Amino acid sequence: MKNYDKLLNDLAPQKFGRKGVIWTISLVILIILGIAAYIDQVIQGQIVTNMNDYALWGVYISNFVFFVATSFVGTVTVAVLRLTNNNWRTPIVRIAEIIAVAAIIMAGITITIDMGRPDRLMNLFIHGRMQSPITWDVIIIPTSMMVCLLLLYFPLLPDFGLLGKYYQEKQPTLSKWYRRLSLNWTGSDVQKSIQLKSIHIIAILIIPVGFMLQTIDAWLFSTLFRVGWDSTNLGAYFISGAAVAGVGALVCVVYVLQKVYKLEDYITDLHFDKLGKFLVLTCLIYLYFNLNEYLIPQLTSKKEATTHINVLLTGQFAPLFWFVIIGGLILPVIVLLFKKGRKPFPMFIIGLLVVTGSWWKRYLIVTPTLLHPFLPIQGVPEEWRHYFPSLHEWLITIATLAMALLIITILVRYVPIVPIQKTADEQEALELNKNTKS
Amino acid sequence: MENNKTNSRRKFLDKGLKMGLVTAIGAIGLTKIASKLNATTDEAGSHDKMQLMTTDGTLIEVDSSEVEEMGHSEKKQTEAEYNLREGMPNRKFVMVIDLAKCKNALKCQAACNKQHYITGDHAWLKVYKMQEDTDTAPYWMPTTCMHCDHPACVTVCPVDATFKRRDGLVLIDNERCIGCRFCMAACPYSTRVFNWKEPNQGEITMLMDMEHQTETNSVEFAGLPSVKGTVDKCDFCPHTIRDNQLPHCVTACPNGVFYFGDRYEDTVTNGEETLRLSKLLKDKAGYRLMEGLGTKPSVFYLPPADRLVDFKDGLESFTDYKSVDKPE
Repeated sequence: MKNYDKLLNDLAPQKFGRKGVIWTISLVILIILGIAAYIDQVIQGQIVTNMNDYALWGVYISNFVFFVATSFVGTVTVAVLRLTNNNWRTPIVRIAEIIAVAAIIMAGITITIDMGRPDRLMNLFIHGRMQSPITWDVIIIPTSMMVCLLLLYFPLLPDFGLLGKYYQEKQPTLSKWYRRLSLNWTGSDVQKSIQLKSIHIIAILIIPVGFMLQTIDAWLFSTLFRVGWDSTNLGAYFISGAAVAGVGALVCVVYVLQKVYKLEDYITDLHFDKLGKFLVLTCLIYLYFNLNEYLIPQLTSKKEATTHINVLLTGQFAPLFWFVIIGGLILPVIVLLFKKGRKPFPMFIIGLLVVTGSWWKRYLIVTPTLLHPFLPIQGVPEEWRHYFPSLHEWLITIATLAMALLIITILVRYVPIVPIQKTADEQEALELNKNTKS
Repeated sequence: MENNKTNSRRKFLDKGLKMGLVTAIGAIGLTKIASKLNATTDEAGSHDKMQLMTTDGTLIEVDSSEVEEMGHSEKKQTEAEYNLREGMPNRKFVMVIDLAKCKNALKCQAACNKQHYITGDHAWLKVYKMQEDTDTAPYWMPTTCMHCDHPACVTVCPVDATFKRRDGLVLIDNERCIGCRFCMAACPYSTRVFNWKEPNQGEITMLMDMEHQTETNSVEFAGLPSVKGTVDKCDFCPHTIRDNQLPHCVTACPNGVFYFGDRYEDTVTNGEETLRLSKLLKDKAGYRLMEGLGTKPSVFYLPPADRLVDFKDGLESFTDYKSVDKPE
């Protein structure tokens, strides 16, 4: 029992410090600004964006794709590491689950921001047709939202039970909530077996669901004729890209939480080391698919394909393209190959680079393709030949990113970041091992 | 005591209800009988005459009992039966565009913009300045919606707002469109336009509301009025076809570039000459845009061979950045 006391003291959710309050308030301010911009967009129409009949999708869609990709972190870390019996995952799975929940919720919200008639959202259900990839998305996003939520919730049950007890005297109302959420967790063998079975089912379920989500997201583009999207490579390309975005985001959040909540005893250099290697693996796989996506069409050099790819390699989008490829993929691989590169702080910087690269990567997937249609762009205002997000679009996009961070912040405030029960169990097992050995 | 009280109250309520029911039924019966009586007296007794005007303008007198109410005019009745999503029965509309005749006069575009009250920056009908390669000849190419038989836009629409009819037309229900713009991304011909802001079509909107915005014909009437946050495009002018007229672009063209017709009848006309479609396509080597994509367009092109006019003549009216004239 002593063991639990120390763990609870270390790991029970803590109130925000002054920095936490400032952080939360600034997020709320950003969100309010974004909501104001969105209201204006609804009133005036999407004329407030810089989108046009050629660049008909813009930063809203690429931001949506980014959120969908980031939510893949749940599938990658939780399920894959679980199935491959990688035990080092324990202290970071909860963080991964929290990021996945925040990202998938925001994916659902951002896609509606792009709609010209958000008031007709219900038409998707009233008149929905199965042949449209958007309908597939309408089905898979709520499904993965549920699976992600359950994957966060089921492992939390014993921790909620512990916290209920822990706060019984200190904060009775909070304790009541934890107890309610713990579904009367007592830790009996029956409960444990049900819980383990449920977690196992969900952890397996999230693999096909996650793969489907990423693939459908890719099919939103690859079911269209446009050069740069019309590619059989796109499903796998999106899945591997999602793994990069997800693990990159995980590295950043893990580092911040370790520093803020002083979890050095639980999240150690070993975890960063492993995460670093994992990130290298995902980056290499993604680089492989990038090679397929850009090099092969360049080699066969169909006219439309070369025009499109040259815009990326040497044209208008070249600086961004090379930032994403070098800064977001190649550089991280090189740095993380060295042991020193996998220390927490360098990892954090690399993580930030990877996430920024991943975000812009989605922008590069959406925008350049639209600016090179089959028929030349003629008879429209000159501005329509370019696209860069307007102030409204930036405010709204930043607000969605802030909202994702706010969801993470709130969850971190009330949910133990490192699984308490599981850590205790593992420590016990370790002790037992030592005792039997000696 | 208490028991008794409630019992009696219950009895009273019960009786009251029954009585009420009987009176109600009685009352209904009575009024029915009374109305019948009234009717018979009317028929037998009154010789009320009614003055009516015939279609040629003469006044006649008719016994009022002879006057019966009837449905509205015949045209309205057929309209009610006419299914907008099915289209006109046994028709299949096609267009042929003869590139050899086009000299970028842009009368088609002006007529289209006017008749469809286009207020945005992007016309439904555009005339492209085309030159595939430096070694090949330049030419003018008008484009409308291709009204494909395998329309990519219809496949991807999540709410069935854009649909394909039996008569070949691809139309948009802008009261259903959710504005996701997936159809615009799907269309390889970049033919679709979006209402990024309130279209402000002025009086037309009000007029439409009064005359045409009934439940059945909002889709078809020139796709009007345009609605903010929804997609528009060339509709092949079903409002003129139904009046046995040609689409506005066809009649407006001074050079007879556009031929419109029916594939089943195998005829197309530009208003001056009527031709056999199959023969025309065979003789002049007709083709369709991006046939390789498998969209099966309903618009055919005749290659710009043996041109009547010099390509350069069209350059005068070519505007790279404008397709809709706007009042200053």
